Order: sequence, then structure tokens, then C-alpha cells
Amino acid sequence: MQAVSALTAKVPPLLELRDVHKSFAAVHALRGVSLALHPGEVHGLAGENGAGKSTVVRVIGGEHRPDSGVVLVDDAPVGFSGPRDAQRHGIAVIHQEPTQFPDLTVAENVFMGRQPVRSFRRIDRASMNAKAAELFESLGVPIDPWRVTRGLSIADQQIIEIGKALSAEARIIVMDEPTAALSTVETERLFRVAKRLAENGAALLFISHRLEEMYEICHRVTVLRDGALVTSSPMADIDRDTLVRSMVGRSVEQLYPEQTGEAGAEALVVAGLTRAGVFADVSFSVRRGEIVGLAGLVGSGRSEVARAIFGVDPLDAGQVLVDGERLPLGDPRAAIRAGVAMVPEDRREQGLILDLSIERNATLPRLGAVSRWGLVSRAKERSLAAKWADRLGVKRRRLTDPVATLSGGNQQKVVLGKWLATEPGVLIVDEPTRGIDIGAKVEVHALLAELAASGIAVLMISSELPEVLGMADRVLVMHEGRLTEELSKEDATEESVLQAATGGAS
Amino acid sequence: MLDRFLRWETVLLVLCVGVFAVGSASDGFGEQSNIAFLLLDYSEVALLAFALLPIVLTGEIDLSVASTLGFCSALTGTLWDAGIGFETIVPLVILAGVALGSVNAVLVVRFGLPSLAVTIGTLGLYRGLAYVLLGDRAVTGFPENYRPLATDSIAGTFVPYATVLVLFVGAAVAVLVHKTTTGRSLYAIGLGAQTTRFSGIRVDRIKFSLFLLSGGLAAVASLIYTLRYNSARADNANGMELVAVAAVLLGGVSIFGGRGTVLGVATALLAMAGLRNVLFLDDVSNEIQNVITGLLLILSVLVPVVFKPRRTKDAPLEPSVADAERRTGADPGGELRRDHQGV
Repeated sequence: MQAVSALTAKVPPLLELRDVHKSFAAVHALRGVSLALHPGEVHGLAGENGAGKSTVVRVIGGEHRPDSGVVLVDDAPVGFSGPRDAQRHGIAVIHQEPTQFPDLTVAENVFMGRQPVRSFRRIDRASMNAKAAELFESLGVPIDPWRVTRGLSIADQQIIEIGKALSAEARIIVMDEPTAALSTVETERLFRVAKRLAENGAALLFISHRLEEMYEICHRVTVLRDGALVTSSPMADIDRDTLVRSMVGRSVEQLYPEQTGEAGAEALVVAGLTRAGVFADVSFSVRRGEIVGLAGLVGSGRSEVARAIFGVDPLDAGQVLVDGERLPLGDPRAAIRAGVAMVPEDRREQGLILDLSIERNATLPRLGAVSRWGLVSRAKERSLAAKWADRLGVKRRRLTDPVATLSGGNQQKVVLGKWLATEPGVLIVDEPTRGIDIGAKVEVHALLAELAASGIAVLMISSELPEVLGMADRVLVMHEGRLTEELSKEDATEESVLQAATGGAS
Repeated sequence: MLDRFLRWETVLLVLCVGVFAVGSASDGFGEQSNIAFLLLDYSEVALLAFALLPIVLTGEIDLSVASTLGFCSALTGTLWDAGIGFETIVPLVILAGVALGSVNAVLVVRFGLPSLAVTIGTLGLYRGLAYVLLGDRAVTGFPENYRPLATDSIAGTFVPYATVLVLFVGAAVAVLVHKTTTGRSLYAIGLGAQTTRFSGIRVDRIKFSLFLLSGGLAAVASLIYTLRYNSARADNANGMELVAVAAVLLGGVSIFGGRGTVLGVATALLAMAGLRNVLFLDDVSNEIQNVITGLLLILSVLVPVVFKPRRTKDAPLEPSVADAERRTGADPGGELRRDHQGV
């Protein structure tokens, strides 16, 4: 054990899992997972999607009972009857996107169900607010206890959850991907709070997909793969390569493929795109065979620009040219006809219809091609869907199964297939690898490179800087609704892009 | 997905057979004139239900159908009273129905208002306009050469002309819903309107035309109704929208959109028509008839909910927990964000 845990090694763990197994129907979610959380320690839990991280969280949080194995709190075996019981044992789970009562005040949310009372069980608002203020003070994050939680950022809501946990005297705090929706500044603030909690003797379990963060905050890391424990090691003793390899089960040789394509003629040209209050005067072009990255912070207007080009969002001014032809604005159908395809940001709400079968999803933008006189040909529908599902290697049982039964990576392949079936000349991808595991991610990257090499113009939006830098031939950076920088592959570095994205002088 | 529908339609078919089996015990049930009456009795409801089905599939509703029928009936009476020829009245009334449908369409589609609220409003509005036209008068004496179309059966058979029309409309709606690209879009809209729009389908345009269709079909139903009773009144088909909605729901169509078949609705209509006829023959009072129909409707939405757990055979495809994780809404924000430069 390392520095911090040298002390804690003798201290018994606050919480321990011993050889925990858990199955859901045929799926063996956890196979003998053991884990010990010590006071003062931040314990990282790593693994791909589906590795069982969330199941561990739910076992600890009292939502699931292990099929076998034990959970110990303070060295005593416990069998939680439910989340409330787990809370009584001092366990708190902070979710990625906390759920609060939006119309209640911050203090009311913190003390929900445990309000300090005066005589006749009247709620003692004054003391409640004072306590809440004190709590946030101790966390070093001033949040007004009087305000309603509606409109607070996710980061603030998480802090409220932490405050709630502390007010309930939680000593074991599980953070399930808390940083997924946070900006850099917010993440740093959360880490300060987390470190303070650990210093005060709490045991933290921290889950994140971002290895960088693990190295920054965790003392120890446990890696799960396919529900089994792969390794558990002090953070300082494991290098990135080893960590990734143990997560993936093989080494990831090359995450980003070589670009071979030569940029051809301009396939997509946009000029002076403006939507009042969202973005202004955005002009750029994408050539055939080129992948252009569109970077910027969340809220910089990247996705909105993409949606406006595709015609699903309105535009106040500007024009879009595809292969030199002017596109009518606000008409996705016309955009598709002109050869534009868009893999949208939100796979579940915009990319797919989860309850609809794979084949019906796959043919949705191309109903015209699988029909005659408006009548759908089942055979054509099936063969078009099968062609793309096979080409992209969608793992499925039947094409008639709802896409909801597929994993995230396979769902994303269906979205890609659905759009590739339209034989686009311009492909806009918005967060093409969000929420899919690393294996599928590599495949998506390879596919995008292959498409570009075949002469398609690709405009790629991504929040993941390495993805933008690894894939793009050129990087456009947006800041507060304006295109602020254009960087060649050579000039695009994490620093230069971030600087432009945050409005720093370039 | 399909198996589940088929299962529900099997249930309906059994119900239908049951109703008719019980019916055959009643005096006169099997007689041709009674079967014809049974079919005629539900022809307007059937037309309204077929108009509603595509709308409900998209997750919307049109509760103004019976009021549209009422208005169109009142209009027919007014025009006939004014001495206009029936040949002229037919297209005018259908046009009026479409116009009323377009009011719903504009409010729901253009202004994005909830169809439930809009059509409850127009339910009152159109019925009110019907009274403005006719008051509580009844216009009768419709031409003898047209009335048989709504009352008589095809010579030598028990099949009424009106039923042929209903079957034709049903078949057309079935083709529209189950065979055409528009039909594919209807289900897609009901299950995910945003994705459908992102797929280049003109969601607004489709919804708009469905409300026009609904108005048009209600007008056609009004012509049958008016001729059948030889009476144009403002309160014609008062409350019939509920019977039509009941048939649609009993037919297994999800009120939230995206699920349901024409076969299901057709079977439900037949079962309801049969049931009503049996109860009528057995002299069961109108009130008790309503009670039974109401119970049946509740049962129809209750049964699938109660038996839902069986659906777990749709286990996740891959041996992963990703599915379980996803169901909780813990969307992983992306793997290994900005970590992989050194890999």
C-alpha cells in the first residue's frame, strides 16, 4: 500500500465486499468481487461499460442483494434490506445526475425527511438553513441554502447530494461517474471536496471513465472486467498501459487509425450561419476525404451549428452549400436528399427509436429506397438493414429485435448504419463515441477513417479532445457561439485547442 | 414485438367468438336482419375508430370526431332544408369535415398545443356550432333514393351497403398503417418523434394530414348517420367519441402511441358491436350496457399490465451488464475521455 494507506492499513476498512456474486437472469454481473474501502482513502473503480461497476455500486447502496458473498460494514456482515438501510449504515451514493426536488430550496433538499423541528413538529427553517450554510461552508462551496434547486448546475446538485450525505453522517461515499457532465473547473472543485472528505476520515469509492482523474484523486484502483476482479493496486504502482490493458483485456495498439485520404473538392460549405443568441457568423468548409473536428466547450454552440446545417434547428441567416448546391434551410429531408447525414448527439432521443426493431430503425431515413408507390417492401427493408448491420458488425440476434436490446456500442453502429445506408457525401457526427466502450470506439474510429478515405466529407464534433486531435485533419474551435480558431493537424494540441475553446488569446 | 400484438388480438378474437356464442343463445341473434342491424349500428363508430387509430399511433388524439359528426349532420340538415340537392350536399359536408379537422391540425401542429386539450375544446366548439345551425330542430325527409345506402343490405345478402364502405375504409387504413412508408413513420413518431424528425421525416406534415383525414371520415360517418336515422340533429352521435376511443384502446392500441394494429381495432369493434347487440336483445338496460362496456375497457388495459412480467424473455443480447446499467439512466459519459494519447 502506498503513503496514505500505510496508515490505514492497520485501520479496519469501513466497508468491505468479500467474494460477491450477482446474476441477473442469464447475465452473471459480478463474479467474486472483493473490495475494501478504508477511511481516508479514495478508491477508484475502473472497467469498461458492462464490467459490473454499477452493480457494485448498487450492491453497496443496498439496491441489490448479492447472490453470494458478504458485505461488511465496520467488520460486521450486513444484509441491506434496501437503500434506506444502507443509508443508516452510513453509506451514500452520489449519482452522475442527481435527482432532487426542483421546486424545493437547497436546504429543504439537503434535510429532506430529516428536517430539524421545533415544537409541534414544525420545521425549523432558520436552523435548517443555518446548518445547510454551515455544511456548504465546510465543503468550501458556497451555495445559497434558500434558493430552489431548479436551475442549479449538475455540479452544484452533486455538491448538494454530498451535503445531504454529510448531514446524514455518511462515512462511506460512492461517487458513480460524478464528473461525466462536469466542466474542468467544476471537476476540480468536486475533487477538492472529495479530498476534504477523505481527510476527514470518510471512505470514498470513485468511478470514472477518465483515467487522468483516477490518477489525480485515487489512492488505490480496482479494475473489473466482465464482472470479475482483474486487479487491485495502489494507484502509484500501476501505469496507464497496464491499467488500460487490464480494463480491456488486451492491449489497445492504436486507438486512432492512420489517415490516408487526400482531401478533394469542397463538399460542404457553410457561410455566415447565424442563429440569434446561439451562434453567429459561422463559416467553414469540409472537403471530400477530410475529417474536420469541431471542438469547443459544451454550450459553445457546436451541436447547434451541426443541427442547423442538417436542418433540424432553425437558422436566422447564412447559407449551406452541398457540392455547390444551396440547401433549403430547416428541411432535414432536403439535406438527406442532398447527401448530408447526421449522427446526432443524443443516441436515444435523436438517433434511435429504442422500442423499434433494428431494421425499422435502420431504414427510417431511407423509406423511399425500400418502397414502391409508397408501399414498403419487407424484403428490401430487411436486406438493406441486414447489409449495413453486417457491414458494421452489429451483434444482434434478429433484425426484428428492438434496438433497446443492443449494447451502447452496437446501438451506435445501428445509427451509423442507418445513415450510411443513405449513401451520404457529407457525414456529420456529433459525439460519435459517447458512452460506448473502448472496443466499439476503436471500430467507430476506424470506420470514420475508412469513410473519409472513400471520399466522404466528415464533420466530427466531440467533447473528447484526444479523439478530435487523433482523428481530425483540421480542427475548428468554437467559443461562445463563434468560430474562434482553425488549426491544422500539426498545430492542434490539447493546449492550443483548449485555449481557443476557453476564449484565451491565440 | 409482433408476437405480443398477435397475442392480444388472439385474446380479442376469443372475446369476439365468446360474445357471438353467448349471443346465439339469445332469441333472434343469428337472424340475418339482426346481424345486419348489428353491423349497421356500429358503422359510424367504426369509421371514427379507423380515423382515430393513425392519430393515436402518433401519440396524439382527436376527441372532436363525434362533434364533427354532429356538426356535419346539422350542416346536412341546414343545406337540405335550404333546398340544395343531396348530390351537392355530400361533397360540401365532407369539405366541412376536413375544414374542422384542419382547425385541430393547425392548433396541434402549427402551434404545438397538446391535442388532448385542443380537441376537448373543439369537441365543445363543434357541437356548439351544430346547435347554432339547427338549434334543437330535427330535419328529416332525406331522399328515398339515398337512404337505402345507409339502411339496406346488398340484395340477397345480409351485408349492408354501409358495412361495405366501413370495410373499405378499414382496409385502406390497414394498408396505410401497415404497408406504406407513411405507416412506418406513424409508429416511429409515436415511439420517438424527435428521432423521426432527425431522420428526415416530415412529422408535422403527417400529423396535419391525419387530422384532415379524421375530419373527412367523421363527415362521411355523419352522412351515414343522418341517412340511417333520416334525421339531422345537432345532438347526433353525442358522446360517440368515447365509444370510438374505447374501441381503439380495447383493440390494443397504446394511448401513448407507437403500438397497435387495424386488425386489433376491427376485432374490438366487432366484439363491442356484438356485445351491445346481445345485451340489447336480452333487454339489458342502457345503463347496465354502459357498465359492462366500461368494465371491458378497464379490463383491456389492465390485463396486459398484469401479465407484463412474462416479457423478461427479452433479455439483453450480449452477456453484459450494460443493459442493466443503462436502464438506471446512468449513461456513462464516454470511455477514457482524453486519456489515450499515450496509449
